[in-house]
Amino acid sequence: MEALEKIKAIAQDPYSYALNLKKTTDKPVVGNFCSYTPEELVFAAGGVPFRLFGTKDDISLADAHLQAYCCSLVRGGLEDALKGNLSFLDGTVFPHTCDSIQRLSDIWRLNTGFAFHIDVVLPVKLDTQSARIYMIDVLNSFKSDLESALKNRITEEKLRQAIKLYNRLRQTLGEIYEMRSKDPDSISATDLYHVIKASMITDRDEFLELLTLLRDELKKKIKDRTLNTHKRIILSGGICNHPDIYTALEESGAEVIWDDLCTGTRYFEGDIEESGDPIEAIADRYMTRVVCPAKHLTVTARGESLVRLVKDRNASGVIFMFLKFCDPHAFDYPYLKKFLDDAGIPNILLEVEEQLPSDAQLKTRFETFVDMID
Amino acid sequence: MADQPIVKDPEKEKRKIKSVSKMKEIMTTYYIEAKTAREAGKKVAWITSGGPVEFLIAMDVIPVYPENHGAMVGASKMGVDLCEKAEEMGYSRDLCSYARADIACSVTDGGPIGGLPQPDFLVCCNNICGTVLKWYEVAARHYNVPLFILDTPFIHTKLSESAKKYVITQTYEYIEFLEKQCGKKMDFDRMHEVSRLAVEGLRLWQEVLDTAAHKPAPMTAFDAFFHLALIVTLRGTQIAVDYYKQLRDEMKQRIKDGVAMVPNEKYRLLWDNLPVWYRTKWLSEKFSSHNACLVGDTYTSAWSGIMDLIDEDNFIETGAVAYSSVYINVSLDIMLETLKKLIKKYDVDGLVMHSNRSCKPYSFGQYDLQKMVMKELELPTLIIEADMVDARSFSESQIETRIDAFMETLKP
Ligand code: SF4
Ligand code: SF4
Repeated sequence: MEALEKIKAIAQDPYSYALNLKKTTDKPVVGNFCSYTPEELVFAAGGVPFRLFGTKDDISLADAHLQAYCCSLVRGGLEDALKGNLSFLDGTVFPHTCDSIQRLSDIWRLNTGFAFHIDVVLPVKLDTQSARIYMIDVLNSFKSDLESALKNRITEEKLRQAIKLYNRLRQTLGEIYEMRSKDPDSISATDLYHVIKASMITDRDEFLELLTLLRDELKKKIKDRTLNTHKRIILSGGICNHPDIYTALEESGAEVIWDDLCTGTRYFEGDIEESGDPIEAIADRYMTRVVCPAKHLTVTARGESLVRLVKDRNASGVIFMFLKFCDPHAFDYPYLKKFLDDAGIPNILLEVEEQLPSDAQLKTRFETFVDMID
Repeated sequence: MADQPIVKDPEKEKRKIKSVSKMKEIMTTYYIEAKTAREAGKKVAWITSGGPVEFLIAMDVIPVYPENHGAMVGASKMGVDLCEKAEEMGYSRDLCSYARADIACSVTDGGPIGGLPQPDFLVCCNNICGTVLKWYEVAARHYNVPLFILDTPFIHTKLSESAKKYVITQTYEYIEFLEKQCGKKMDFDRMHEVSRLAVEGLRLWQEVLDTAAHKPAPMTAFDAFFHLALIVTLRGTQIAVDYYKQLRDEMKQRIKDGVAMVPNEKYRLLWDNLPVWYRTKWLSEKFSSHNACLVGDTYTSAWSGIMDLIDEDNFIETGAVAYSSVYINVSLDIMLETLKKLIKKYDVDGLVMHSNRSCKPYSFGQYDLQKMVMKELELPTLIIEADMVDARSFSESQIETRIDAFMETLKP
């Protein structure tokens, strides 16, 4: 599985990959924190969208800018920027997400000194015509902001190519998710985690090649009937940057076979219409895909879709995984839990700070949880 | 033996603001009206503190403010108990304590007034935070009532033309929503009158706050926190206008009579962020003991801060833009400009920032603002870590030490 090895190498050390990319190409690397980053436009402008996941280092420099009651993604991202760990970034794009990211954008702009900084103040509600019109306006101005930042015109042709490429990327990611859902032995959850992570970092042309290779290899491997007898679990939350939980769960007799994560299905679900106006088509993907909790569709949209997901995926439990201090997810949790409880779906909550709970703790929790599932 | 009359300290009596009793009366009447609205055949809407209430007033809907309620919970020191209830319901302790306290009240009918009246519908304007969006979604599910969201894009550098168009269109959608909920058409003449009263109320409120620029200040930010309730709750009514006239006149009279709120005002300070509701008295006495007066704050001036953007003859469109431009919906650099103006206007000797665990959009960035203020204005600053309602996040000894130390640095 050569493709998988390459992908894993990238996901395990994204910064080295980016530094090397800067050495070998002249492509601008564009940092971002959110699955609402209109990546197709960045790609069409010749850039490589690069998702930031927080830091592995201890927080020291970010402490001078952000209180301790801020989520580790925001604090960690800033820490890496201030330390110079992100020297490969040409600039950063901040789609409007939550209150914390909103302020991070200001602090970032005032302190980090990257060549460009673009705020994409998307609408928060996605259920009205006027929001759609505003979304289209915002995407258009993002397009011109990018053009001047990257000194590269985004022609309609380039944008259409970008959309095509992204559709193929997303579909292929979806296919691999499907394979794992069908036969969890075809690719491990940890490996799939590396695939999805690399998909948000790697030069997308290069990545599509790797991904297609991987899919073809997996196709040969997958069995019609899975021999895997582990309990089927869905992971729900924001960002997951802790592959260890997959192994801990496996050891407890369960498998994450699908997810509802910003760094998971929310990244690749929903195609973009390839005919018609490309900017409108990009807007329409955001207007119709499953929302992130910082956006509004209807007051029960997320609960309904989570219950449906569990049934469709033939799963038997849900693990919620949130970063501590994350408001949007914490606000939705009680109601999502209620929806699951009412549908008789076992679920637990894992709140993560910088570090996961200890292995032993994690295993005990998972084992108790797996026992709850009949 | 006849009862001994209680001897009041005449010095203290002189400093008490007489209008307070009037204010209490108005608020009591307001809450009684809100709680009996249904019997009176009136609709009740919950609305966020930064939301355009004028339209509700014009439609004869009684507006109710969960945030004002949150402040009452805090001031009556019921916050911890209610927050803990919300936590039992699964709401994380790290969420805004207004939201936690209010959600718990919805379910238990607890709190100082036995819970808020049930809403017929909800109006959420996210110009103050993303929290209110989630909080109102919770309320919409709990009461199973319609929710209108007025989405005001955050201003990092400026409000774009498309954002303006978006908020104006939504204002018309808001009117349609109200017409549908109330089963009647908007009376635009009445709306015009309400807008006029709203702007007049804002102007008067600003005049009240401005009196504290006088040395010594006839009132403090702690008084402003208390008197703020009407500009939030009854903006657009004659009641608010009359009240703030009375209050302004009382303040002007105090200036004439030389009445200072802090007896030996020597140091003038500016406060940033929401109050620590359950500790206003303690904090106020603490600062007074150092002859320090909190003469102004960024919070109570947030409402009137936008009034220059409003043209009362075109309230629908200019109001939408003004509401999008409130203090907390703008970037740190724009906030800094406002801070500088306040520092200058009130001629303060220091800035006290409440790093409020509950309110992330107000608190994140304070460290940067602090640095900018110290660098550009060479103004001493103090940061206090606390929470507006949840007293568990307040460490008296730590805060006391910090205030004492800070005051020492101000002394010559
Ligand atoms: S984890 Fe939550 S709080 Fe942190 S950036 Fe994401 S949405 Fe915001
Ligand atoms: S205190 Fe802050 S987070 Fe809470 S409702 Fe008010 S503005 Fe929002």
